[in-house]
Amino acid sequence: MLNDRRIRIITGHYGSGKTEFSINYAIKLSELNKKVALCDLDVVNLYFRSREKEDILKEKGIRVIASSMRGNAVDIPAISSEVLAPIEDKSYDAVFDVGGDPAGARTLGRYKPFLKEEDYDMFIVVNANRPETMTKEKVLEYIVKIEDTSRLKVTGLINNTHMLKQTKLEDVLKGYELANEVSLATGLDIKYNVCLEALKEQLPTNLKGEIFPIKLYMREEWMI
Amino acid sequence: MSKVLMKGNEAVGAAAIAAGCRYFFGYPITPQSEVPEYLSRELPKVGGVFVQAESEVAAINMVYGAAGAGGRVLTSSSSPGIALKQEGISYLAGAELPCVIVDMMRGGPGLGSIQPSQTDYFLATRGGGNGDYRLLVLAPSDVQELVDLIMLGFDLADEYRNPVMVLGDGMIGQMMEPVEFKEDLKREAPEKPWATTGTKGARKPNIINSLYLEAELLEEHNHHLQAKYEKMREKEVRVETYNIEDADLVFAAYGTTARIVKTAIAKLEEEGYKVGLIRPITLFPYPYDAFKNINPNCKGILTVEMNAGQMLDDVKIAVEGKIPTHFYGRTGGMVPGPAEIADKAREILGGGR
Repeated sequence: MLNDRRIRIITGHYGSGKTEFSINYAIKLSELNKKVALCDLDVVNLYFRSREKEDILKEKGIRVIASSMRGNAVDIPAISSEVLAPIEDKSYDAVFDVGGDPAGARTLGRYKPFLKEEDYDMFIVVNANRPETMTKEKVLEYIVKIEDTSRLKVTGLINNTHMLKQTKLEDVLKGYELANEVSLATGLDIKYNVCLEALKEQLPTNLKGEIFPIKLYMREEWMI
Repeated sequence: MSKVLMKGNEAVGAAAIAAGCRYFFGYPITPQSEVPEYLSRELPKVGGVFVQAESEVAAINMVYGAAGAGGRVLTSSSSPGIALKQEGISYLAGAELPCVIVDMMRGGPGLGSIQPSQTDYFLATRGGGNGDYRLLVLAPSDVQELVDLIMLGFDLADEYRNPVMVLGDGMIGQMMEPVEFKEDLKREAPEKPWATTGTKGARKPNIINSLYLEAELLEEHNHHLQAKYEKMREKEVRVETYNIEDADLVFAAYGTTARIVKTAIAKLEEEGYKVGLIRPITLFPYPYDAFKNINPNCKGILTVEMNAGQMLDDVKIAVEGKIPTHFYGRTGGMVPGPAEIADKAREILGGGR
């Protein structure tokens, strides 16, 4: 994680698990005593956004930047001007939780003049259990479209293939195979293999990329 | 087909296509906009038609036209949009046109909020439009059941020549869950000899209409409709029950709320309480008979809804005053948690295990 560039931009198909990854990533960074900002740039979906977990994140000393319009029912694609702060202030380690699909990546275009190549990583989350990103071809299409819309470059892959609380080892491995195919086709490295805490011991140790165990912050107790 | 992860609203679109639906008319509104988004992309691939109408009123009348021509038709919206469709829904019911209408409910009244609610229970089961009509109302509790009920809904709509409403909420629409499309549920629309498909000079024209110029004829039509609703009451009741013969307290809840109640039940059982659940899957026809199997010494029925107490009326009808009824609800888009529901149950049970 510490080898990643200072600004980590998390993109991908909607529903691929960007927000869970972003929250877990931000919390892990804060546990390494980093000064962390989590920027919620999601203007596509109004449910299950990282800003809903502001209390948990704040408690851990993470600065949460979302819309300047407060209120969980605000259906307005407004992003706070504050997002520039962690881009310009180099004392911050930043995580950008971007809205799903190329439509969500559009918000990034606004920061293109401020984002220097040596300062950011843009990871694409790959979930082989989502019908729209099940094949290499479909993932490659997403990469091209997200790069075109954001005018930024994807720099790494995250295998986040899961079935929520019912995720099995096979899900993670199926996703790894897909991520590996994409990696061979693009030259992009697999940076992380995401799995539930309970699965981390079962994963083979020879996988490319770090094993990244997560907790599910966005799933309520009664959800699958 | 193996399991995939889908958001409820996407699953609506995928299930409709799998059920042979080829026509969608609608208008975007949070929290169901992924339904039109999905179908605008996917329907053309299977030779279907997607139209984003200029309004909900226009959309429901397009549904009337396409259903009259014999198509399998879907429309979807969320509470304020469904309110706008009511006139058209009454016309569809009057003209006996099959279609599926999805309502992903949000907080009300008025524009309300975009968060989940169950405030359209009255609208769905009592009829928001004019006249003595009923919709078949199906209430899924998870995304898999949403898929299964959408597919079933198209069959029921055709079988009864009646609009079917699938009543979800923002949570069901927005939530991501594993789903499986069961191949054996794939269906084709049946023959529709009543549809306006062109006479080709071989028969009298079919007429789709809900206007009757003679009172006797309209009353006869109403008798026919009522007989049809009676048949639904006999044949189409669907309900899940849990431990009601033995319980000191029975919950009544449907949809998302029933999921949360199940977690509350698990907590209460750990503490030694005997609690049960009646989860209506069809809201019309309502599973009144299920309540007859409740333990006669049961201390009460606790209805839990994301509204101020709407299904509660049906629970009261069902228990005929024999068991005390209680209510716990959240409104405005607030989703209750299992802990607060368990608290309310303990309050009623008074610590007696």
